[in-house]
Amino acid sequence: MNKPEKETTVDQQIKRRTFISFGIFGVYVAGVVGAWSWLYKSPDEVPGITGGTRAPLRRALNKTEIFFRRLAFNENHLVKTYPKELAAKKVRFNSDIGTEGVLPPEQWSLQVTKKNGQVLKISLDQLKQLPKTEIIYDFKCVEGWDQISHWGGLSFADFIKHFGLEEEAKMEFVGMETPDQKYYVGIDMPSALHPQTLLAYEMNDKPLPGRHGQPLRLIIPVKYGIKNLKRIGNITFSNTRPHDYWAELGYDYYSGL
Amino acid sequence: MRWTHWVNFPVLTIMIWSGMLIYWANDEYSFTIFGHTFFRFFPDWYYNLLNIPHRLSEGMAFHFLFMWFFTLNGFFYILYSIISGEWRYLLPNRHSFKQAWLVLLHDLHIRKTAPPQGKYNAAQRIAYTSIIIMGLGSLITGLAIYKPVQFYYFTWLCGGYHLARIWHFVLTIGYVFFFLVHIFQVIMAGWNNFRAVITGFEVVNEQPKTAIETNNENEQA
Repeated sequence: MNKPEKETTVDQQIKRRTFISFGIFGVYVAGVVGAWSWLYKSPDEVPGITGGTRAPLRRALNKTEIFFRRLAFNENHLVKTYPKELAAKKVRFNSDIGTEGVLPPEQWSLQVTKKNGQVLKISLDQLKQLPKTEIIYDFKCVEGWDQISHWGGLSFADFIKHFGLEEEAKMEFVGMETPDQKYYVGIDMPSALHPQTLLAYEMNDKPLPGRHGQPLRLIIPVKYGIKNLKRIGNITFSNTRPHDYWAELGYDYYSGL
Repeated sequence: MRWTHWVNFPVLTIMIWSGMLIYWANDEYSFTIFGHTFFRFFPDWYYNLLNIPHRLSEGMAFHFLFMWFFTLNGFFYILYSIISGEWRYLLPNRHSFKQAWLVLLHDLHIRKTAPPQGKYNAAQRIAYTSIIIMGLGSLITGLAIYKPVQFYYFTWLCGGYHLARIWHFVLTIGYVFFFLVHIFQVIMAGWNNFRAVITGFEVVNEQPKTAIETNNENEQA
């Protein structure tokens, strides 16, 4: 096609360069296919604190977490809040792992393990006596839905101060579990100490209903819903990642917003 | 230039695929006017055919890795365009919008002659610049969804979390349409044109022979 008749040298050159270029292109295509099949078939990570994801993808998630925490996380960046009228009356419910049924409040106390091994047992009334913080914000689920909801409780930062947990707050992570230990989350300390993180005991100005984590739940607006543990049974502190229900099932450990 | 094109193709394919794995978890978008739903995106058989259900975490893991390649590739493309001066051939100028119409008429065989052009015709200038802006749009709407608290300004810019998700989705649909038109045009433009995207015969293209050829054969809109 379109070959000039006299310039055979140019023609040869074109042929040669086309051959080389297509050779390189072929190698590139083979490389892409090879890299993809390597990644797609790469084995899952060894199950531990995190699990359920291809090992290279987990490494990428962890690196990406570090990047965004360093670049973007700022405790002064507050989650957008809304007027009370916009809060949903029917609050969406997704799961009751670890929170089936109703737990009589008198059978419940919050157990906090301190650094020295001492265990604090805190009743709901003790928490309710402290200044209440309320938030009306857009709760975001990892599945993609979101809903404006209204919560009230004790801010986690106030909780730390009031119960003298400043030393514990210098550690890197907070771990929380339901009383039956079927659901559990690990939260990095900066997110836990974010001013909008609550130990919530109210929803729409009423005590939490059973399905929403009665008697006390975590509301952490800087995280996806999967980190907002319902019915907190115990709180621990550590410098390594505490176990986390969804991180074991392939989700990002950080899951921050 | 052509390298970024060929890097983009698999990366964008993976981004769209992993995006669908994520979207499936809450596939709520539909096209509704005055309460009548014309269609919901993606029927069940479509999901099942592509083996999409129940892979949200996997989709997210892929999406949040390949977003880096997508972003870096776009960054290099723009950087190269600026440094090499290629942007001059690519950005639409004040004649482009009028000329693009003439190109369209020509391509539809309504008009016999195409307006004069450089490396890209007016319609290509508009289309290829738009796709870069769309890429930037996907990055910004993506960040607005990914970190709506830390990048609250992007979320605000997109008109909130909901709208950011919708823009992100619409842009993806846009890529698919672009791709379909693009493939059609490439087939119409013929082998020589396709070969050039692989070999990059810029020297040859400057010869009068190929310059004429570009005018006649390069019918991409």
